[in-house]
Amino acid sequence: MDKSRRKFLSTAAVATASASMLATTGQASERLEHNQEELFSVLVDSTACIGCRKCEYACNKTHELNDNPLSFFEDRSVLQERRRPEHDAFTVVNAYKDARAKEGEAYVKVQCMHCNDPACVSACLVGALSKDRHGPVLYDAWKCIGCRYCMVSCPFQVPAYEYQDAVAPRVRKCNFCTERIHNGERPACVEICPNEALMFGTRKEMLDVAYGRMSANPDKYDKHVYGEHEVGGTSWIYLTHAGFQAAGFPVLDVQSPAEITENIQHGIFKSFLPPLALYGLLGLIMHASGQKEDSEDSKNA
Amino acid sequence: MHNHEQPSPITSPFFTTGTKILFGIMSLGILAYLYRMFYGLGASTNLDNQYPWGIWIAIDVASGVALAAGGFTTAALAEVFHKEKYHVIIRPALLTAMLGYTFVVIGLLADLGRYYNVWHPMAPSMWQGNSVLFEVGICVMIYLTVLYIEFLPIVVERFKGRVNFPGTLKSLNKITESVLGIADTTLKRVTFVFIIAGVVLSCLHQSSLGTLMVIAPSKMHPLWYTPLLPLLFLLSAISVGFPMVIFESILASRSFHLPPERHVLSSIAKYVPILLTIYFIIRVLDLVYRDALGYIFTFDGHSIAFLIEMSVGVLFPIIMLFNPKVRRSMMGLFVSATAAVIGVAINRINVFLVAYQPPYGNGSYFPSIFEIAVTIGLISALVLVYRTLVRIFPVISVDKTAHEAEMANPMHRSHNSGWVTK
Repeated sequence: MDKSRRKFLSTAAVATASASMLATTGQASERLEHNQEELFSVLVDSTACIGCRKCEYACNKTHELNDNPLSFFEDRSVLQERRRPEHDAFTVVNAYKDARAKEGEAYVKVQCMHCNDPACVSACLVGALSKDRHGPVLYDAWKCIGCRYCMVSCPFQVPAYEYQDAVAPRVRKCNFCTERIHNGERPACVEICPNEALMFGTRKEMLDVAYGRMSANPDKYDKHVYGEHEVGGTSWIYLTHAGFQAAGFPVLDVQSPAEITENIQHGIFKSFLPPLALYGLLGLIMHASGQKEDSEDSKNA
Repeated sequence: MHNHEQPSPITSPFFTTGTKILFGIMSLGILAYLYRMFYGLGASTNLDNQYPWGIWIAIDVASGVALAAGGFTTAALAEVFHKEKYHVIIRPALLTAMLGYTFVVIGLLADLGRYYNVWHPMAPSMWQGNSVLFEVGICVMIYLTVLYIEFLPIVVERFKGRVNFPGTLKSLNKITESVLGIADTTLKRVTFVFIIAGVVLSCLHQSSLGTLMVIAPSKMHPLWYTPLLPLLFLLSAISVGFPMVIFESILASRSFHLPPERHVLSSIAKYVPILLTIYFIIRVLDLVYRDALGYIFTFDGHSIAFLIEMSVGVLFPIIMLFNPKVRRSMMGLFVSATAAVIGVAINRINVFLVAYQPPYGNGSYFPSIFEIAVTIGLISALVLVYRTLVRIFPVISVDKTAHEAEMANPMHRSHNSGWVTK
């Protein structure tokens, strides 16, 4: 009996272990099926950003986050604060050290990166987050149960929560001005940008522009287009001079985290076979050990 | 040989100093829970955009699920592998699991921003099969139902042949009895389906709880991040099942002045160090494979959390419980089982909170007074409901010969509730 018990445990263990192994050996799947022609992108050229915060103003206005006038955003002191997107500010501009730039600092706009293979979309258990074929990662508050697993999963720490709302709190983040781009317009922040620090186009075009600027001005740019490959690629991509780490971006793997968990998940649930096999195995053991018990009872009797 | 040990309702008085204290803590918990419902997560918790999960997830949900594992490990041992001598611990373990998961859901409802949408994962239009959390949610929900079904025979047993409605309801006695009779025979035939389902569902969601944090590789400290988290969560849940049974069985026998199930507890304890050793070896090999051993002895916060987790929850119980003398002593069993139980809770807290390092984190998370009040309030409430149910239903096996010597006074046995006669 001891043996069969241990056997069960080891089988269960092996089953899970092999499912986990699938995760690490799983091929770089056909996950990135986006049609590159219709996948939109914004190129943020941090070397061209002057820290005017007009993008913040346009964003707040478009998404009706507040009524602050443009003059409110002319306060440049907040640039030093390394702010993060909040439930009432989907995009923020931060300053960072850059020896090449005037006054020794450059600026970078931060918002949802709109990953090609978003961890938040994979994490959400009710499909409240989804990836639009044009690139935006969208949130449907009606479906949301408020578990905040999307926030846990986001490698860029972007989604913000309306903690102050006791009744119907929402996850809040940039939606890539999805209505505007579906109408053929550019996102509000791109439209207002006075210095071509923000450029909107298909992802392929934006990558071409990025590499074009890089080769035209090799001294001006760090050789890394941030977001081209990070976590499977993002819709928003960045050029910097001082490097993406100086600009405050995390070092990330090229594999999307969603791929790791989904491989484990689908390994365990492959056509429901592993659970059914475990069920059958336990059924057999229950039957066999029950009969053994019976025969022992009758012997004893 | 254990024929004289039949599960029966406990006759000890409900109110003791201990239960009065628990009532006090539970009341504070209820107030904190109401505060959260009226004023929201922002006012009641220390959660923010950097730390979206706190102790309600790490303790109430993750530790709660792990510590309810006694239900399925005991069912596997006693009913799937037909180890008859362990039958006396099935019902207490089942009741713990049933209440444990019930309180997991109550705790989760406090944490969900839109708790009233908790049913959404059940609506096929919102199913999201790629989500690890979806699988956890569905499995926990089905398993909770299975646990209630597994508990039904105990309810039937309690009332069958004893239905005695008073006054005008008397006419219902006969029909209620026949319903109970049908339920009894049907349940006896089909329980095995649910018992196995319970074990399978447990293996699935215990491991998937570990997969949850695999989605945040860049935010997790290397001492805890591994794609093997699902395997480690499953193994630690299986390992903590019996320690949890030992822990609460000894507590219950002390509280109810019953002789402890010495023989059975010593006997299940021998599995614990074996399981924990397997867990320990896989854990260490994984750290070696991922080249993370170096983080163990840096003696910063993470290293200390890891060392406490492994020494209290894994090494100490292994060393203690491999020793037959410790396994025969109730004190030794209790201390080692408690260490294993605390160790798994520390592990879940470490994985969900300590290991979590948001890229732009400033400051750190520490639970608010409301979060702590809700968590310890739920634990107190669970103990009180457990105590209530074992006094109503035949859950705990009482060694009649030993017990009657202790409870010589027949006054102790006159607590029958109104509509049931013995």
